[in-house]
Amino acid sequence: MSLSTFLQQCLTGISLGGAYALIAIGYTLVYGILRLINFAHGDIFMMAGYFMIFAMATFPWYIAIPIVLLITVLLGVSIERVAYRPLRTAPRMSVMISAIGVSYLLQNLATYLFTALPKGYPEIPFLKKIFKIGGLSASFVTFLTPVLTLIIVYALIILINKTKIGMAMRAVSKDYDTASLMGIKINRVITFTFAIGSLLAAVGSILYFTDRMTVFPFSGSLPGLKCFVAAVFGGIGSIPGAVIGGFILGLGETALVAMGYSTFSDAFTFVLLIVILLIKPTGLFGEKTTDKV
Amino acid sequence: MLKIDNLRVNYGGIEAVKGISFEVPDKSIVTLIGANGAGKSTTLRSIVGLAKPSAGSSITLDGKELIGMDTPDIVSKGIALVPEGRRVFPDMTVIENIKIGAYLRNDNLDEDINWVYDLFPRLKERSWQLSGTLSGGEQQMLAVARALMSHPRILMMDEPSLGLAPLIVKDIFSIIKEINKKGVTVLLIEQNANMALHTADVGYVLETGRITLSGPGKELLADESVKAAYLGKKKD
Ligand SMILES: Nc1ncnc2c1ncn2[C@@H]1O[C@H](COP(=O)(O)OP(=O)(O)OP(=O)(O)O)[C@@H](O)[C@H]1O
Ligand SMILES: [Mg+2]
Repeated sequence: MSLSTFLQQCLTGISLGGAYALIAIGYTLVYGILRLINFAHGDIFMMAGYFMIFAMATFPWYIAIPIVLLITVLLGVSIERVAYRPLRTAPRMSVMISAIGVSYLLQNLATYLFTALPKGYPEIPFLKKIFKIGGLSASFVTFLTPVLTLIIVYALIILINKTKIGMAMRAVSKDYDTASLMGIKINRVITFTFAIGSLLAAVGSILYFTDRMTVFPFSGSLPGLKCFVAAVFGGIGSIPGAVIGGFILGLGETALVAMGYSTFSDAFTFVLLIVILLIKPTGLFGEKTTDKV
Repeated sequence: MLKIDNLRVNYGGIEAVKGISFEVPDKSIVTLIGANGAGKSTTLRSIVGLAKPSAGSSITLDGKELIGMDTPDIVSKGIALVPEGRRVFPDMTVIENIKIGAYLRNDNLDEDINWVYDLFPRLKERSWQLSGTLSGGEQQMLAVARALMSHPRILMMDEPSLGLAPLIVKDIFSIIKEINKKGVTVLLIEQNANMALHTADVGYVLETGRITLSGPGKELLADESVKAAYLGKKKD
C-alpha cells in the first residue's frame, strides 16, 4: 500500500467516523439524562434521510437542509413526548421496551409510506464536488465531515459547560429532585436534550447518506447499532467518549475494507464491544463516581 | 404565611405523616424536631412538591394552594430547601453549585457570591474544587450557600448541622439568625434540638407522623418530656 492510498483510506475512515460520532453523541446525551438507550435513534437518523429526499424534491439544498433539521428535531422531541414521558416514573425496562417499539414503528411506517425499495438520496452539488488536497482526492463531504464534527462537538461542549441550559442538563443528569429544587424544569431539559440529539442525527444523516446514495427503511438499524457501540466504547454518558468511539469505529471498519476483509467490516463493531466490555466495562471515559454519601 | 393543614402522606400504604397542621408566620423561625422517621423530611418534601400528600391535605402560601404545583413553580414562589443529605452536584465545581442555586435569577450574582463566600470562607478557598471531593461538612456549607443564592422568602433546612463540627454548627445557627434578621422566614428541622429551640420562635415536636407538642422555643426547652426525649436530660 502506497502512502497516498494509506492517507486516502485514513481520510475515508475519519470521515465515516465523524458521521458515526454525531450519531453516537445522540445516544450518549439521552442516556446521560434519562439513563435510557434510545433504540429509536438510528431510525430517527433513517427518517432524516427520507425527509431530505422529499425536501430536495421541492426546494434547493440551502432551504431543504434547514427544513430537514427542523423536522427531524420535531420527530425526536415528539417521540420523547409520546413514548417516553408518560413512562417517566415507570421502571427503566418499560421505557426501554417503549424505545424498541418506537424503533419498529418507524421502520414499519417508513416501509408503509416509502416502500422497502431503496430510494435514491439526492445529490447536494457542492458536497459531491471532487476535491484534491496534495495526493488526496475525495468529494468535498469527505473533507467536510470530520471538520464539521469537531466544530459541532466543540460547540456542544461549550454549551454544556458554559451555559445555563448546559448547567441544567448536567444537574438533571445527576439528580432530578435536587435539580427541580433549583427551579429547573426537568421535562424542558429532557426535551432540549432530545432536540440536540436529533439535530446531530439529522446532520449525521446528511453527511452519511450523501456518501451512500440510497435510503431504505432499515438504513438506520446497522449504523444505529454501531453508533450505540461507539457510545458504549467511549463510555456512555461521555461526549468525548462518543466522539472517540465513533472515530475508532470508522477507522477500524475502513481499515478492514482496505485490507480486503470487507465481509468482516461490520463485525469490527462487535469485536470492539466485546473487547471493551471485557477490559473496561464502563468504557474509555466511563463515569467515575465522586459522590460522597 | 405558610400554612400546613391536615397534611397526610402515604408511602405505599404506610402513613408517614398522619394529619399535621402548623403555621410558619412571615419572618419567623420555626423548627420541627422529632425522632428518626417521625416524618420531618417528608413534611418539607411535601411543601416543595417532592412528596405527594394524600387527598384532604392542604399547604398554602399566602392563601394559595401549593399542592399539585410542580417543584420548580413552588420554588419560584420563593421557597428554598436545603435537602437532607446535602445533595450538592458532585461533578460541578463549588462555584457552579453556588451559581445553580440562582438558576431562576437573571440579575448579576457577584454581590451574592461574595456574600456567601464571606459566610463560608472555606468555600471560597475551594471555589474550583469538584464538589464531590469536598468533605461532608464543606458539602453541607455548600448546600446552605446554594439555597441562599435563590434569595428565598422562606428558607427550609433539613438538618443543616448534620455532620458539622460543634464550632461550625454555632456558625450555621448564627447565619440562620442573621438571614432571618434580613427578613427571611426559616423553617428548620434539627436533631440538635437544643440549638434549634434556642434559635426558634416556635417549635413543633413530631412523633410518628403526629404533632404532639408545640409552643415557643424557650417553653419547649423547659418541657420535661422534651428534655427527656430530645435534650438527653433525665426527668428530675
Ligand atoms: N420514599 C419513601 N418510601 C417509603 N417510605 C418512606 C419514604 N420516605 C420516607 N419513608 C418513611 O416515612 C417515614 C418518615 O420519614 P422521614 O424521612 O420523613 O423521617 P424524618 O423525620 O426526616 O427522620 P430522620 O430524622 O431520620 O431524617 C419513615 O418511616 C420512612 O421510612
Ligand atoms: Mg429526615
